[in-house]
Amino acid sequence: MKRFFNFNSGATKRSAVVTASTLKNTFDRRAVVIGGLQYGVGVLLAARMGYLAIAENEKYRLESESNRVNLTLIPPRRGWILDRDGAPLASNRADFRVDVIPERLSEPDAMLDQIGALLSLEPDRIADLKAEVAGSRGFAPIEVASGLDYEQFAALSVRLPDMQGVVPQRGFSRFYPTASSVGHLIGYVGPANAEEYEEDRNPILITPGHKIGKDGLEKQFEQGLRGVPGARRVEVTAGGRIVRDLETRDDIQGDPVRLTIDGPLQDYAARRIGLESGSVVVMDCLTGDLLCMASMPSFDPNSFSDGIGSVEYSMLREDRRVPLRNKVLKGLYPPGSTVKPMHCMAFLKAGVKPTDTIVCGGGRRIGNRFFNCHSNHGVVDMDKAIAQSCDSYFYHFAQAVGFDEVATMAKDLGMGQEFPLPVTSQFYGTVPTPDWKFNKFGREWQPFDTVNASIGQGYYLASPLQLAVMSARLATGRRLNPRLVMDDAAPNPASYNFNSDEINHIRQAMSNVVNGAGTARRARLPIPDIQIAGKTGTAQVVSLSVSDGRSGPWKYRDHGLFTFFAPTENPRYAGAVVIEHGGGSGSAYPIARDVMTFMFDPQKGLDALKSLERQWGGTAQERLEKNYAAYAAERGATVAPPPRRDEDIFDRVEAEARVAAQQSEEIADEFVAPREGQY
Amino acid sequence: MHSERSGIIPEPIARQPWSMLIPLFMLVAFGAAVLYSAAGGSMTPYASSHLVRFSVFMVMAAIIASLPRNFVRFMTYPAFVIVLLMLLAVEVLGQVRGGSQRWLDLGFMDLQPSELMKPVIVVTLAHYFASLPVGMIATWRALVVPGAMIGMPVGLVLLQPDLGTSLAIVFGGGVVMLLAGLPMRWFIAAGAAAIAAAPLVFFFGLQDYQQRRVMTMFDPEADALGAGYHIAQSKIAIGSGGLFGKGFNNGSQSHLQYLPEPHTDFVFATMAEEWGLIGGLFVLAVFSIILRWGLGVARDSRDRFSNLLAAGMAATIFFYIAVNLLMVMGMAPVVGIPLPFMSHGGSSMMTNMICIGALMMVNRWNRNAPRGGLSG
Repeated sequence: MKRFFNFNSGATKRSAVVTASTLKNTFDRRAVVIGGLQYGVGVLLAARMGYLAIAENEKYRLESESNRVNLTLIPPRRGWILDRDGAPLASNRADFRVDVIPERLSEPDAMLDQIGALLSLEPDRIADLKAEVAGSRGFAPIEVASGLDYEQFAALSVRLPDMQGVVPQRGFSRFYPTASSVGHLIGYVGPANAEEYEEDRNPILITPGHKIGKDGLEKQFEQGLRGVPGARRVEVTAGGRIVRDLETRDDIQGDPVRLTIDGPLQDYAARRIGLESGSVVVMDCLTGDLLCMASMPSFDPNSFSDGIGSVEYSMLREDRRVPLRNKVLKGLYPPGSTVKPMHCMAFLKAGVKPTDTIVCGGGRRIGNRFFNCHSNHGVVDMDKAIAQSCDSYFYHFAQAVGFDEVATMAKDLGMGQEFPLPVTSQFYGTVPTPDWKFNKFGREWQPFDTVNASIGQGYYLASPLQLAVMSARLATGRRLNPRLVMDDAAPNPASYNFNSDEINHIRQAMSNVVNGAGTARRARLPIPDIQIAGKTGTAQVVSLSVSDGRSGPWKYRDHGLFTFFAPTENPRYAGAVVIEHGGGSGSAYPIARDVMTFMFDPQKGLDALKSLERQWGGTAQERLEKNYAAYAAERGATVAPPPRRDEDIFDRVEAEARVAAQQSEEIADEFVAPREGQY
Repeated sequence: MHSERSGIIPEPIARQPWSMLIPLFMLVAFGAAVLYSAAGGSMTPYASSHLVRFSVFMVMAAIIASLPRNFVRFMTYPAFVIVLLMLLAVEVLGQVRGGSQRWLDLGFMDLQPSELMKPVIVVTLAHYFASLPVGMIATWRALVVPGAMIGMPVGLVLLQPDLGTSLAIVFGGGVVMLLAGLPMRWFIAAGAAAIAAAPLVFFFGLQDYQQRRVMTMFDPEADALGAGYHIAQSKIAIGSGGLFGKGFNNGSQSHLQYLPEPHTDFVFATMAEEWGLIGGLFVLAVFSIILRWGLGVARDSRDRFSNLLAAGMAATIFFYIAVNLLMVMGMAPVVGIPLPFMSHGGSSMMTNMICIGALMMVNRWNRNAPRGGLSG
């Protein structure tokens, strides 16, 4: 070895020493070294292989196994949402569907065009999909189409080897039988977005075909409804071709949620709202069960669950009747005269006798100022004040009792309160008091504030749900809380311990509103021996100088309200109807009448509805579809796409609802003069 | 052991180098079994043609083995020139037809002249150094002429471009020059120059894909779906085989197409997955028997031409084995060099069998020439 590396020797003793035998020696030495190097490499290779195959065997065995075996999650079937009788409000339908996984598409646009041609998708749908794929995070699947027929599905499936990133499958899609009638209440489902996956790193969230609740009860009960995904283990080649099934575990369907909602009633009420924008709430007086929470117009949750299209979104956005807003929970309106029976309870509690009278001379002087009434009622006692909705009576006694007393009663009966309901959000409105006003505006409470508030105007704001609760609490004398989910615990609400003479007096007066010489005589039920009691309300949104409230621009018209319970003697149901800009209570109580008619005599109720729907041009769902077709034909090409996240849509809607609720506040800093015949 | 005599076995058969041939046959048969599995449990298309080719080239090796020394030395330079012209022809035809081409269509087979050049460069240099006067071994003639002899074909092969074959030619020629007794400092200087030039060659001489392959060797996970994929899958195949392997015909990496080229460059990984470390040690053992025999033949020979010829041939086979196995185990960049006697492919089988034939030829000369006889 030493000689081998002795490379100077050649240079110093060049020609003198080199002979054939020294060359042979050099050859032998160097050959030995080369042989040794070769052995060295051999040993290195053996050691390396031993390291890979023995020391790291575990690791590579796992990797080989994860190469070979592909685990596919099977999206679990979602739990059903049932009405109180067990009929589905949201169920699942077997269907064929196609998703794409953006990060696996090599040429997304070309691929979407190809799929679009195969499935004959609309051009605007393809444009939406391209925008969605371009803006996505890549790993989350995007639904291309669902509800495909078998031929389309097969046509796509045979081309799969050339379509990396396209996932056709048999699965289940959400189905809402009554469509837009339950849109706001139930919400809808959709694929999880990137933010939702960041929060909950559950692999099922990015499994093609899996959807989660995006709004309403679907979102609220997500964890229970979701179920447990199934799994399918298959052996696959590097190219993704399935060689054989190894094992399949079935999914476990999510738990059903049984609501207190009466499905047919919900559908009926939603349809009965007709062309108006409004809401209907009906509660069970024994339990507080919410039988109906209809808010119309609405969106079609079936269509939303397939992805919210640009055209659809744009049409709903532009509609001034705000179809995206759940008006039962997020519509706030001055309650108007509907608070009068409740205010009378406050007066009674403060010592006013039902027989105490005032004189209404077309208004009344409070302090040093004369405040108008909507009519000249002459001598007015409590009964007449409620039945004919005399404002002067309330100006006087609210001033006499003090509005703090009245506000206490209002809050006790549910005004300004939130209820323990499984909903994403509810607005709680305002019961104005001197303290509240000072804290908020820094201004002292004025006599006209008492006047405004005494008839449910000014800063007073309530949601339809609160009005229904107030009505139910007055009807029963119990602290009923609204309930949305059926459970075994039978609620036993505490009594208010109202004086029975007094409360009966109020109830009788409310009955007289409809059945006596009151303001809502057309609300009488067309059923013998069942009577409905109620109270009308008309809420001004702009001052009299801007609009007379009945005609003119829609957005300046008065809201129409009606709170009710039936039957009068032994109340079983209570509720509220609020019609936005309906032009007065006359837009609201016919709806309450028909809804209660349907409750006691469904056939009679349906007959009334059918003749109305003939005039309106079909059911709510039919009209929605017709409008959509017309809108798409007219505006299809010019719409802006919807926000990327569904949450953004509803955050925006909610913000706008808050702004809308402040509309009536703008006129509250002055006496809101009632107009002629406003009750 | 070559001189053992037995009354039963005829002399022409008994004098063959069975100590090398029997392990070689076993290795080729084992290779056929691996190829049978790589084809998904079928003799076609790989295993049967592998055996047929081996048989044909074994006959060729036997013919080579029977050539006389003088004839070989007489034919050496003409053969070198012919192969060089063929390399040139490949280049010209490629230019004319557009696109690179590596083989000549001889009508009955496709011939890769670059493959032929690997053994031919060894014979040529052995002949040159054997003819070079002993005293000139440390002069420029010992360096410049062989340098040109290596440089011309390497240049042409690099143009194809075929880095693996170029390196094989340089290695074969370099080993012959080393063993010829050139001053050691020249090799040291060349090595130093190569190290200095490596970054330049890497950044300016290599194609993009070749640069990636080199980088991949250092960090296989960096490009897990590109160049690193081959190495990663190969290591998974070898590592998941464990001690005894997954069993014949049960390799999931090869059968489910995760392993690239399971029948050619990565045949060792295919084998290791199914036969485990035991199979790998068997293959290494056979290779070491063959190479040890080859170096033994080189040392045993009495003349300088035979010395250098045999050692150069053994080095050429070694180069194939070492580079391929280092590559499949993730210790060398991915260069398209197949594993001798196991990979499916005619050209490499031909080259390696020429080397085997040449070694058998020298082995025969050794037996016929008495030890210590005069050398030419």
